[in-house]
Amino acid sequence: MTSAAEAQLLATATAMRWEFGGNLHEQLVEAIYADAARIAERAVTRPDQEPRFDLDRTIDRVVTSRILGFPIMLLALAVVLWLTVIGSNIPSAFLFDLLIDTIYPLLKQIAANAGLAWWIEGILIDGVYLATAWVVSVMLPPMAIFFPLFTLLEDFGYLPRVAFNLDRAFKVAGAHGKQSLSMAMGFGCNAAGVISTAIIDSPREKLIAIITNNFALCNGRWPTQIVLATIFVGALVPSYLAGAAVALVVMGTAVLGVLLTLLVSWALSRSVLKGEVSTFSLELPPYRPPRILQTLYTSVIDRTLKVLWRALIFAAPAGAVIWLISNLTIGGTPIAVHTIDFLNPFGLLLGLNGVILLAYIVAIPANEIVIPTILMLTVLVTGITGVGEGAGVMFELNSEAATGAILRAGGWTLLTAISTMIFVLIHNPCSTTIFTTYKVTGSKRWTTVTALLPLFMGFAVTFGVAQIWRLVEGW
Amino acid sequence: MKTKASAPPGCEACPVHLAGNLLKRGVDMEDWDFVVALAGNPNTGKSTVFNALTGLRQHTGNWPGKTVARAEGGFGYRDVRYKLIDLPGTYSLLSTSMDEEIARDFLLFGRPDVTVVVVDANRLERNLNLALQVMEITDRVVICLNLMDEARRHGLKVDDRRLARDLGVPVVPTSARYGEGLNELVGAIEEVATGKFVCKPYRIEYLSGALKTAVKQLAAEVEERFPGLPNSRWVALRLLDGDARMRNVVQSGELGELARHVDIVGEPA
Repeated sequence: MTSAAEAQLLATATAMRWEFGGNLHEQLVEAIYADAARIAERAVTRPDQEPRFDLDRTIDRVVTSRILGFPIMLLALAVVLWLTVIGSNIPSAFLFDLLIDTIYPLLKQIAANAGLAWWIEGILIDGVYLATAWVVSVMLPPMAIFFPLFTLLEDFGYLPRVAFNLDRAFKVAGAHGKQSLSMAMGFGCNAAGVISTAIIDSPREKLIAIITNNFALCNGRWPTQIVLATIFVGALVPSYLAGAAVALVVMGTAVLGVLLTLLVSWALSRSVLKGEVSTFSLELPPYRPPRILQTLYTSVIDRTLKVLWRALIFAAPAGAVIWLISNLTIGGTPIAVHTIDFLNPFGLLLGLNGVILLAYIVAIPANEIVIPTILMLTVLVTGITGVGEGAGVMFELNSEAATGAILRAGGWTLLTAISTMIFVLIHNPCSTTIFTTYKVTGSKRWTTVTALLPLFMGFAVTFGVAQIWRLVEGW
Repeated sequence: MKTKASAPPGCEACPVHLAGNLLKRGVDMEDWDFVVALAGNPNTGKSTVFNALTGLRQHTGNWPGKTVARAEGGFGYRDVRYKLIDLPGTYSLLSTSMDEEIARDFLLFGRPDVTVVVVDANRLERNLNLALQVMEITDRVVICLNLMDEARRHGLKVDDRRLARDLGVPVVPTSARYGEGLNELVGAIEEVATGKFVCKPYRIEYLSGALKTAVKQLAAEVEERFPGLPNSRWVALRLLDGDARMRNVVQSGELGELARHVDIVGEPA
């Protein structure tokens, strides 16, 4: 077989193509359709009359309606969040009791009896164990509620309707309508969201979807938002309204994330990633009665445990690092304190403080451990005694009121809480997402953009909010 | 992902056992005897069929475009081992989007022993479009007429035997979500894989006579240059349609390789 013969074949094909002109493709497609239609016609017997009431179409008319579509989406999100917030309190308290109040002292006891060196005990039990125990007791319950609910909605067929509703918004933003699907995945996990951008063909639109995926509040950040909102917002309203208020505020943050996704997509598609919007057809699948048990199984195995495992893998070394920087000293002062003092002026400018910034640096691998790190470092700096377990020991207080007291003692105001919540939404993606982005794009440049763009945006937004806040306050 | 234990030991050999002799092998794909590809339109339940056969728990969701690359798993049936490949859902194999290319390249170069086309019984006409195209590429096709439960709910009657006769390949009605018809499906796969059932797939009839002649002529030429190629008609068709990817494949000699029965599996990008 020579390449000449192959070239000859191609030449023949080209010559034949000329004879048929431009409509060959249409002829072909028509032929296939006609055959398919004829065969299908012979095999299918339709019911004599169309059903007078088509349930699917009726539901679609409501959930994708111009007026009701968005409110229903928000309502569904709010209900899911509210169930997550109120549902996770009890199992959370139980796990906390078990892992931290019962097993932790037991481990300390065993270590003392075994005569472990104080620093080994410190790193392993006060660092690694406590960090992972905290992640389990705080992460697991919301995940075990949020993921199955989300999967049920998905199994029911609601997700494509969300995509359908958001499609217009994404189109106006110059992005691909399928980005609404990858964004929806991002609400679970940004790394999964970045992977799911594979459904977008155009490289330009795929990049936009990857860069903006971080604005979808991921599962690691939901609990942080919920805890912060509970402490500072929940305390402002009567207790019977607290659950709903917290759900609303957290939902507001998530919606802000969606708006940012659209805004940044728009800016990117008007500047560095200019181009045509590609069209796609989105098939609205039939509604299916969700299979409850199977959904529970799949979402627990596939999502909850996978995400939890990842969190644990990152929390363990982070716990060790926290313990080390709180106990290793330079000139009699722990490294952590040096760093906090250094970061503090910059932090205050953003409405945050040095403690929060350091906690973010430590928690780059896993956003889940931001709050305990902040608490631990706050105790260290303010020298509060009588709470917690000592330097470098991560702890969680049983009541949100006590947590709030510590934070206020550390100089926290409502502004600090708001700034932190904004910063939780807008900052660099976690290391897994950054790594996934690199694997998907294969480009160091775009990975860097994906990592740094939200970080600088976070700085800008919190700075702006802090300045305005202080101006209004007459500071 | 974990393999779901399908039955206590001993049961797998028993003919009464519901799953027949289906052995879910999960990700264990060592030493397969046959390669089976799963093709189909988006959201017809390919991944559900995949999970049901392999015992894997690949995430399924009620939205099109969920499977973005290939997923692979294994199952065994009556001592024969199969490797199952879940292809991304596509509406056709004619255009050039990435998922269509992955699916088409695998059918062409992966040379699966059996291709199961999962079709939605409720949208037969549109789904058959893809099935007919698949049947141009490979003879050994089994049609999995899925979502029969929904068809029943909508009062549709689909005559699977008539369909099988018209298409010339086995047609198995299933409701994969509820495990209905999967034994029959595996049985059909086995018959086609082992050659017990010889498919005589329906070939697309082209409307215009001129087009028909042209395809025949070019296919003969393809056949002459690549003896042993099982789908010369499809290749001719794609070349006539000016398919850039197919031209590349001819030029680069990949097609020649294929004709010499060398397995080249098109990797997803």
